[in-house]
Amino acid sequence: MIATAQLAYRYRDGKNLQFPDIEVPQGGILLLRGPSGAGKSTWLALVAGLLRPAAGRVCVTGQDLAGLSPLATDAWRAKTIGFLPQKLHLSDALTVAGNLAMAQWAAGVQDDPAAVQRVLASLGVADLAQRRPQQLSGGQAQRVALARAVLLAPRVILADEPTASLDDTAAHAALALLQQVAHTHAATLVIATHDSRIARALPQALLHELGGLSIPDTHRAL
Amino acid sequence: MNTVAIAYRYLWSRPLATALNLVLLALGLASITLVVLIAEQMDRAFERDLAGIDLVVGAKGSPLQLILAGVFHIDVPPGNIPLQAVQNLASNAQVAKLIPLSLGDTLRGFRIVGTTPAYAAHYGAVFANGSHWVEPLANSTQLQAVLGAQVARETALAVGSRFAGSHGLGGTGHEHRDNLFEVTGVLAPCACVLDRLVLTPLESVWQVHEKAVALDESDRKIMQAEREVTLALITYKSPLAAVSLPRFVNTTTDMQAAAPAVEITRLLRMVGVGTQVLKGFGAVLLLTAGLSVFIALWNAVRERRADLAMLRMLGAPARKIAGLMVCEALLLAVIATVLGMALGHALTSVIGYWLQAERSVSLTGWIWVASEAWVPFLGATVAVVAALLPAIGAYRLDVTTLLNAR
Repeated sequence: MIATAQLAYRYRDGKNLQFPDIEVPQGGILLLRGPSGAGKSTWLALVAGLLRPAAGRVCVTGQDLAGLSPLATDAWRAKTIGFLPQKLHLSDALTVAGNLAMAQWAAGVQDDPAAVQRVLASLGVADLAQRRPQQLSGGQAQRVALARAVLLAPRVILADEPTASLDDTAAHAALALLQQVAHTHAATLVIATHDSRIARALPQALLHELGGLSIPDTHRAL
Repeated sequence: MNTVAIAYRYLWSRPLATALNLVLLALGLASITLVVLIAEQMDRAFERDLAGIDLVVGAKGSPLQLILAGVFHIDVPPGNIPLQAVQNLASNAQVAKLIPLSLGDTLRGFRIVGTTPAYAAHYGAVFANGSHWVEPLANSTQLQAVLGAQVARETALAVGSRFAGSHGLGGTGHEHRDNLFEVTGVLAPCACVLDRLVLTPLESVWQVHEKAVALDESDRKIMQAEREVTLALITYKSPLAAVSLPRFVNTTTDMQAAAPAVEITRLLRMVGVGTQVLKGFGAVLLLTAGLSVFIALWNAVRERRADLAMLRMLGAPARKIAGLMVCEALLLAVIATVLGMALGHALTSVIGYWLQAERSVSLTGWIWVASEAWVPFLGATVAVVAALLPAIGAYRLDVTTLLNAR
């Protein structure tokens, strides 16, 4: 599960962002909506432990992130969070299998080619293992990125704008795939989006709207 | 997959930049290796060939020329000196050992040196085959010679073989066909000047030239009375002789005394300028390579910021990402060091081959000298320094901004 309370983040330029309290049960789906600049990605980064909140607390799968050192946070993130960014960031220097092996390296876990093959097979892209990312179609690349996200069986999957720039059919397929993968891994799924199609496609999801209300620090002082 | 494997893949995903950096780094390290190898071997050669020789006495002229001609056999001597004067010097109370040398002929570019068995003994030479010439030689009609190891190898002459010397040190003079030498011994390699010399008794040198030049028997007798040698190598009886003997020779005789230690220091100072220039050239190349590696890595961090941020998202600690950049630079340094050192050794071999063809100082690329250990260290230092800022940049990546990038 994910629970945030009185969460706030202060940007380098002094802007403060307040977030609503959010609680998502384990295995649940959260839709985080809002216009660009509303703080959706910041919220994802706070939940992933990549940013430290200015105030409030973040608790993910029972772990209060405030109690973790930066190194412990990295290790925790590696085994708890699966991330699917909008731009997939697959390295062209490596093959598909190499990209997944690099994820194992990043997480500091043992090299496991069999696990890589298994997860690629589960997403129907095992035959692409030796291809380079630039040789893949958009849909194939997204499946590979999703395979990378779930390679270490995370308890939480964070997807940032997974359907942006996809047509209706592709968006539908991508959402179905995300749901299926989250279900398979009994993972909590968080989708940050400004795509209204997603809410219609996932009626069962919890919905939180971020307003993007930012209060400059100087005004706050007054 | 480990850090080295990932760094390797990333390096070769930019083949042109990587190749350019490799070439620059390798050239810089090759220059340094070349200088180190040559300087070390020259020092060793000087030390070896000069061992135990305190003074060289010869005709007046350039003292450095006298040393180069008399000790290293890489220059022409300034002239000849009377045998009588040399014999007088040998009986001087300050002289422990005097080895006379008489130059004038060559065998296929290798100098034929008239001397005594003391010359080979001075360098501790041992015979691979045969032995020294048979004494006495005054009435002998057969000229005899001992070959240095390189001479024997390159001329394919062995004990019992006969050869004719060519007049002059240039190797292009007429052959003394009517005065054939017989090889009585071949020296084992000593890695010293003897390797490229043909040793023969002083008598033989005199006989060859007296026979060739004398008009008749009385002329020959006059020549015998005025016999000369080219120079003499002297070992002092005590270090105190260094104060008075050179001055004695230079002021009271028509000969010149040159102290090898002084002249070689002067020579090394002159050669040292060239060495410094080459080292400086290598340093400039290394600096350029360092800058190039820095720019390449800096660009790599810029280009791959999102990929690196993704690695952070996947759980890689910031220091692991920074380490990846340093690893890329070190990998480059390792490959460049191997290439650079191989190139440095190959170039030294080429120079050594060329010098060998010129019958000059012996240099080889097939040698490892202790000071070469600095070369990998230098390569690694340049790489790490060049990678420092990019690594800090990678360490401080703003992950959220980058992952948000569309």
